[in-house]
Amino acid sequence: MAGVSAAVLTGFAVVVAALLGLGAASAVAPRRIAALGSLGACGVGFVLALAYLLAGAAPATLAVPLGLPGSWMTLALDGLSGFFLLVLSAVGAAAAAAALEADADATAPFLPVLLGAMALTLLAGDAFALVLGLELTSLAAGALVLMRHNDSAALLHIGVALPGAACLIAALALLAGGAGGDFRFAAIRAHPPEGWPAVFVLVLALLGAGAKAGLVPLHGWLARLLVAAPMHVSALMSGAMTKVALYVLVRLLFDLSGPAQPGWWGAPLLVLGAAGAVLGALRANMADDIKAVLAGATVGSVGLIVIGLGLALAARGADLSTLAALALGGAMLTALAHGLFGSLLFLGAGAVHQGAGSRSLVRLGGLIHRMPVTTAAVLVGAASLAALPPSAGFAGQWMLFQAVLGGPRIDGFGLQTLVCVVAGLLALSAALSAAAAVRLLGVAFLGRPRSPRASAAEEAGQTMRTILIALAVASGLVGLFPGGVLSLAEPALRRLVSAGMADRAGLLAVAPQADLPGYSALGIALILALSAGLVVWLVRARAVPGHRFGPVWDGGFGPPPAWLPFGDPLTQYGGASFAQPLQRVLGAALLRARETVDMPSPGETRPARIAVAMEDPAERALFGPLAALRPRLVVLADRCWLPGIRRTLAVVFAVLVFLLTVVAIVEQF
Amino acid sequence: MTTLLSLALLAVHLALLLTLAPVLAGIVRWTKSRLMGRVGAPVFQPWRDLQRLARKQPVLAENASWLFRGAPTIAFAATLAAAALVPGFALGMATAPLADLLAIAGLLALARCTLALAGLDTGTAVGGLGASREMSFAAFAEPAMLLVIFTLALLAGSTNLDAIAGALREGTAGPLFPLGLALLAMLAVAIAGNGRAPIDNRAALAETGMVHAALALAYSGRHLALIEATAALKLLLWLTLIAAIFLPFGTATPESGLLVWLLALPVWGLKLGGLAMALALFEAGVAGMRVFRVPELLGLAVLLGVLAAVLLAVWQGLA
Repeated sequence: MAGVSAAVLTGFAVVVAALLGLGAASAVAPRRIAALGSLGACGVGFVLALAYLLAGAAPATLAVPLGLPGSWMTLALDGLSGFFLLVLSAVGAAAAAAALEADADATAPFLPVLLGAMALTLLAGDAFALVLGLELTSLAAGALVLMRHNDSAALLHIGVALPGAACLIAALALLAGGAGGDFRFAAIRAHPPEGWPAVFVLVLALLGAGAKAGLVPLHGWLARLLVAAPMHVSALMSGAMTKVALYVLVRLLFDLSGPAQPGWWGAPLLVLGAAGAVLGALRANMADDIKAVLAGATVGSVGLIVIGLGLALAARGADLSTLAALALGGAMLTALAHGLFGSLLFLGAGAVHQGAGSRSLVRLGGLIHRMPVTTAAVLVGAASLAALPPSAGFAGQWMLFQAVLGGPRIDGFGLQTLVCVVAGLLALSAALSAAAAVRLLGVAFLGRPRSPRASAAEEAGQTMRTILIALAVASGLVGLFPGGVLSLAEPALRRLVSAGMADRAGLLAVAPQADLPGYSALGIALILALSAGLVVWLVRARAVPGHRFGPVWDGGFGPPPAWLPFGDPLTQYGGASFAQPLQRVLGAALLRARETVDMPSPGETRPARIAVAMEDPAERALFGPLAALRPRLVVLADRCWLPGIRRTLAVVFAVLVFLLTVVAIVEQF
Repeated sequence: MTTLLSLALLAVHLALLLTLAPVLAGIVRWTKSRLMGRVGAPVFQPWRDLQRLARKQPVLAENASWLFRGAPTIAFAATLAAAALVPGFALGMATAPLADLLAIAGLLALARCTLALAGLDTGTAVGGLGASREMSFAAFAEPAMLLVIFTLALLAGSTNLDAIAGALREGTAGPLFPLGLALLAMLAVAIAGNGRAPIDNRAALAETGMVHAALALAYSGRHLALIEATAALKLLLWLTLIAAIFLPFGTATPESGLLVWLLALPVWGLKLGGLAMALALFEAGVAGMRVFRVPELLGLAVLLGVLAAVLLAVWQGLA
């Protein structure tokens, strides 16, 4: 067994090295090699991860002669990293295959680097490798967007990623300090933090990993980066990069901080996760760009996963290990499900952009007639986003709901009330996601075309269609067999919360407790299919067959003039009008949405216009003060730049005195 | 033997659902007419309407897609699947192990999303209006529904409807006050989900006030028949659900004696009839509500749901 693990780990090390080398090589070699090589590496990685998880996921470590002077870098593999490597390689394979379809542009060399860096993060066995991998991930992601000359999104990303990295390094330094300066994970695990250092680790890990995962309030950059990146890169970022950051959060809070942390650790995660789930889903309803819609949904799903992590922490602190396993299993299932359907939707958005020439809901419509395969695949993804049974999204959210319903078993009035509120917010987020999914599908793919370009949309190419269908099938399989996915997560659950789902999650059903009935995806699918068969049979037997076509009845509107071949566009509901009820009730409260109506007086010939302005509260609260600080920093920097000889000498003298004082104080101890 | 019995129960349940649903809609309509001083159509009128519609060939809009044609079937199948999970006159049907309340809510959401998509498919103003309102109202109704489920799960220790109905039937559940709050929240959700007054009026002709009717406006023939049947089945489902949870007495279980079995069906019929009368009385008594005030009503339901869940959690913590 250990032999398998060591071999798999070595294999992964080779894959990471190959990916990083491929990035360097493809800067000079033909660009297509980068995509093809990444696809191959991800395929190998998928097989390795699956074999490792099926073989029982025995932990293994490997020392690599790289890294800080005088020490070797440690790579490690356990159930948790194995599961996330599975997610990464599945999403990465789809993204790399889609990169074949995309234009081979200057961004090509960074795709294998991004993949390799993420794999390195997941394989890290010490703090150095973790930081190296995560920072390489951020830089590669920033470079991918910067190469497309979308500077503001890339700079915002780097601007959030750097303080995030600082927080993570500080958290890891605190952990390593507790272990006597040894920053290998095995040593840290043996000396978990206690007291105030542990609280600092929690805060710093939330800030650091949260900044990289797009957790509220540090989610603004993610939405912009996902919109700015090319489609296969957004798919990879949404499906895998956020999950890698969440893996780091799990690694720090569940594994390295030890099993003895108090239950209130879950509370901040619950609050932030619930805020993210609602805010992301609401933003998905308000956006006009379909990629911005999906970016909002990504922020929402990160929030959902963090809710699951928070519940697992709270339950583990209260020694309810079965509940903790349910919550953590739900979070991991949601992570895999969103990895698949999130990348499916982003690639679908890319296909729409290529085929219909726009990503704006205002310019799309009626694509179901011109792009039937893309529409069908997106339909599967949207069903998952809307958490409709028996999709993968429903299975994940069902487990999260069950974990929330078990929440009141954790003692403490404050936490019980919090769990009740989180339950409501979880449902609100699910319903908002469903509205966003219906809006995306209904406005972009159904109805009449809103622009001539959309009316002449072309179906995606053969490669793209194959990828979309493969992702839809994979997503459907996860939805039908959530128990199978949970059996892959079993080693991680046993390791982190010392209980698994094996006694409760079989091929047929997943149950919250061993002796209770639960959710059977196959059963629900079967009943649905039987009901549909019954209905079709009844209709066949009773009703008149066939149908006729006639002009559409549009509430009494006359036939449109010849120069409006698709009817008057203004009589059709669009993205903004669909979202208006939600925008007036929730958007006004949460996103400060304000409508300005410009109504011409009678007799004027200009059209009436309505404009909606909204801003994210987190961005206002965080970046507003920072933006105000900038001019002052510039003045300060100017002063430091040209201080004059006297001031320079004074500064040098002051620094010298300060350092000597520090040395003197340190000498005292 | 028990397997056979549970399958037979399911078959009888389904047959009753399919035949009774339009009749129940007819009873509500007739009672409402009588209360408003009109003669009212006979209670079998909805059945006749369905037969009339099935005899007509549907006329589709020129730009209707396959989704538009398939939506009525999918919506009806999802509602029927949900209805097959809700125990009516007897517990222990073959579908009992699957009867998870979250799954039932999910199947109803599937039907709702499908019809909303169909409303957007022909690109008409009224269809889009209906879809937008339907999804927006659901965004407020869903949290209330989940909090009701939360309360029930706290009481019964499971989200399985058969287990909940069983626990409430034994009367060992716990305090009644949170249950009452949950009932109020659930009634609001049921009114919104079924498009009844004061939120919606199925017979409305003014498009500004339409929600459900707007979604069906582009349909005709057998498609419209399916949509009408879906609405009737959904009403029956909700009334059965409310009866199963809040009026749990008189249902038969596989262990019950012969007398309970003989009485179970009439008792179920009485419960449904009583609830239908109450609904008609309520609808005849209230005035329609402005669309933008509906979130206030559903927000109140959410508040009641939170209150019920928190009270029960605290009570269980003290006990």
